Amino acid sequence: MALARIELPHDARRGELVEVRIVIQHPMETGFRRAPQGERVPRNAIHSLVCRYRGAEVFRATLSTGIAANPFLRFFLRATQSGDLDFWWLDDDEVQGAAQTHLVVSP
Amino acid sequence: MRRRDFIGSLAALAVSPHVSTTDPLIWSFTRGMPVLPGRVTLEVPALAENGHSVAMTVRVDSPMTPSEHVRAVHLIAEKNPVRDMAVFYLGAQCPRAEVSSRIRLNGSQRIVAIAELSDGSFWSDAAYIEVREAACTDGG
Repeated sequence: MALARIELPHDARRGELVEVRIVIQHPMETGFRRAPQGERVPRNAIHSLVCRYRGAEVFRATLSTGIAANPFLRFFLRATQSGDLDFWWLDDDEVQGAAQTHLVVSP
Repeated sequence: MRRRDFIGSLAALAVSPHVSTTDPLIWSFTRGMPVLPGRVTLEVPALAENGHSVAMTVRVDSPMTPSEHVRAVHLIAEKNPVRDMAVFYLGAQCPRAEVSSRIRLNGSQRIVAIAELSDGSFWSDAAYIEVREAACTDGG
């Protein structure tokens, strides 16, 4: 199970711009690397990532091995109401990952 | 086509584009539409000690309203074995067209960011980055 850390401001006012940052623990294996014994390490990278805010999709990304290990993403969303921010992703081994956090919005 | 429009389209061609629109990778999402330079700002350092993790920010000049917004930003590394690094899908609900990430680079090369706008136009920016140690060198 992949681990992730999401960073959000402590609270936001309604209508405010919120900066979202996420780091996911993932090797993003390129498939070009060799293990010490010489065998090729198979490619395994997160290829899809979705972020939903209160159930609605706010950001989506298609990634590849061109993204560094432990992928970091930063984007913006508009705070409307307090609610959950859900991240979901899928890698080449068909392993899903998810992370959730709560955004507190004051009126 | 009016003569004025035709001359306008010639002017668009005269501006040096960052990418070839007949490149299969570019064609896969532009479908042959012209890619104009401008409106996109791609920020990468001029020099990177190694290519394992390089900070990247891409910004698009757009009001991000339901009628006028950025649909997607495509990030392409010209010399990586996998050239299409990432696609970021934004949409009308995104308040600011700005995305950051960290990219992996196989040596010094040019990075191109292409933004697809809601009106169907494509805009681009390119940045050359000097990479001292490539990311894919170890036995690969």
